[in-house]
Amino acid sequence: MGVMDEKMQSTRKTTDRSSLVIRGISYICIGGFALCCLLPFLLVLGTSFTSEAAVKKFGFNFWPREFSTFAYKIVLENPAQILGSYAVTLGITIVGTAVGLLIVAMTGYALQRPDFLFRNKISFFIYFTTLFSGGLVPFYLLVTQYLHLKDNYLAVLLPGLLSPFLIIMMKSFVSSIPHAITESAKIDGAGDFTIFVKLILPMTTPALATIGLFIALGYWNEWYNSMLFLSADMQYRPLQLYLYNVVTKADAIRNSAAASNVPLSDVPIETMKMAIAVVATGPVILFYPFVQRYFIKGITVGAVKG
Amino acid sequence: MSVLTERESSMEIERKRSGSWWKKMKNNRTLLLMCVPAVAFFIVFAYLPMPGLYLAFIKYNYSDGIFHSPFVGFENFRFLVMTGDLWKLTFNTVAYNLAFILLGNVLQITVAVLLNEMRGKWFKKVSQTLMFLPHFISAVLIGLIAYNILSYDYGLLNGILQSLGMEPLKVYSTPNAWPFIIVLTYLWQSTGYGSIVYFAAIMGLDNEIVEAAEIDGANAFQRIRHIVLPWLKPTFIILLLFSLGGILKGNFGLIYNLVGANNTALYATTDIIETYVFRSLMTNFNFSLGSAVSLYQSLFGFVIVLTANWLVRKLSPENSLF
Repeated sequence: MGVMDEKMQSTRKTTDRSSLVIRGISYICIGGFALCCLLPFLLVLGTSFTSEAAVKKFGFNFWPREFSTFAYKIVLENPAQILGSYAVTLGITIVGTAVGLLIVAMTGYALQRPDFLFRNKISFFIYFTTLFSGGLVPFYLLVTQYLHLKDNYLAVLLPGLLSPFLIIMMKSFVSSIPHAITESAKIDGAGDFTIFVKLILPMTTPALATIGLFIALGYWNEWYNSMLFLSADMQYRPLQLYLYNVVTKADAIRNSAAASNVPLSDVPIETMKMAIAVVATGPVILFYPFVQRYFIKGITVGAVKG
Repeated sequence: MSVLTERESSMEIERKRSGSWWKKMKNNRTLLLMCVPAVAFFIVFAYLPMPGLYLAFIKYNYSDGIFHSPFVGFENFRFLVMTGDLWKLTFNTVAYNLAFILLGNVLQITVAVLLNEMRGKWFKKVSQTLMFLPHFISAVLIGLIAYNILSYDYGLLNGILQSLGMEPLKVYSTPNAWPFIIVLTYLWQSTGYGSIVYFAAIMGLDNEIVEAAEIDGANAFQRIRHIVLPWLKPTFIILLLFSLGGILKGNFGLIYNLVGANNTALYATTDIIETYVFRSLMTNFNFSLGSAVSLYQSLFGFVIVLTANWLVRKLSPENSLF
């Protein structure tokens, strides 16, 4: 199919030998690398559908030697654990994304208004936090001993709300809207917040989608603050922390299997790790091709503008 | 708030003394309020912890707390230098970042250039989607994938080696293997997504230049070598300088999840600043040593960013940060 497509799409005459050679090289290299990016996922998926005995005998493999859904059966037999984790992560992601997006949008808009007196001072105040930080220990002491957020979902939700990077991204998105729009609305007597809500927000929906997805992805994959501030014996941990506990501690798996009537020695530890990984990550991976263009937009705006 | 009370109490005086300032405050009031949540956020989560770096100069113990633990001056730093930890951590962090930055950019440029040479739209789209995929998964899953491949008992690698009649490898107790594994995993994860910036830059290249070169008889290799690569050079330099600015900031998520929490056998080649600080907090409870390393990292990082930005401003003022 390649040659036909090429002739129809190519506007230039690029059929000389060197072009064909380099095209061949690109198909091989890019195709090969794309395959390398996919295979590890198939390895996890394949193993999750293998019987534990086959894994013990032949090791992890892409293709199940002995097909089995036993691991999924145990994971889903008592779905409270995994559903609870889903609910926690989903809740944190939705609330955090909504609140974070609103704050990022407001701040980004205000900071790029040329007539805003404090724009440089506040911009620097925010940017400075990327240059110098107190580090992990004081941050940990602050959250646990002064804000008293140990074992509180807020310890995961609050620190992920915004970042200087997202505010800068919003600034450069909004700065493509002519300031004249704001000015003429002001002459008509509109207040700054009204202008932001009624005029600017509707005009920046692609930017909002991009930034919202960045925040949401951050929350969905969040494991660091969860690991720092939520203890492993919490009943409903965020999805990634649950996965982390399951991956690193065989006990965690035995605990989750304890509710089912499987003898401890028969718990399929290795395949259950993979099954839980698939259940925790699968939906996002299926969802992401539909929204990847927003992530592409984000990095091209964010990276070039700083 | 204060603006309102001022108006009530001494409006006249205020107007006379700094009438324009007061008017400006009033005009900017809404915009200022819109910034309040973000400013509050950074005060709490970024500025409040900063004074906590005072921990680096005391010998913190839990019962005395921050304010009553004994002051020891530079003793913690002296200890870090004497044990050689500081040097080892700096070396590992910088070496990993250099490998990430240099190899990463080279691969990203290669991918972008090759993508630009492809004509089949469908193939291009699918392979791009697949290459972005590793960027969207959590560090925890990356650790699990590595375990799938490298595990001594069940790993794919040892499965293949044994079917070829070779001895299985004990990867998780071989320190020298890990720099390669960590760098490869990083490249696997970030090359596809990172290539977008370069690909977008190539899209900005004027087609007429390319066509003119072709009319003059340039072949594809010459076209890439003399037109596309020079065109990418400014983007490369800017990205390079920016990433060099963060050279003391380690990739904690990647290394921690690949190596595991307490795999002491691998520390020699895998311990970076972030993992050391994390351990000093969560396992050794030596808050003062951890803070000393953080302070060192922040101060030197600050100097390096300023230098990098100074260079960017010299080369291309519109890209500099401040």
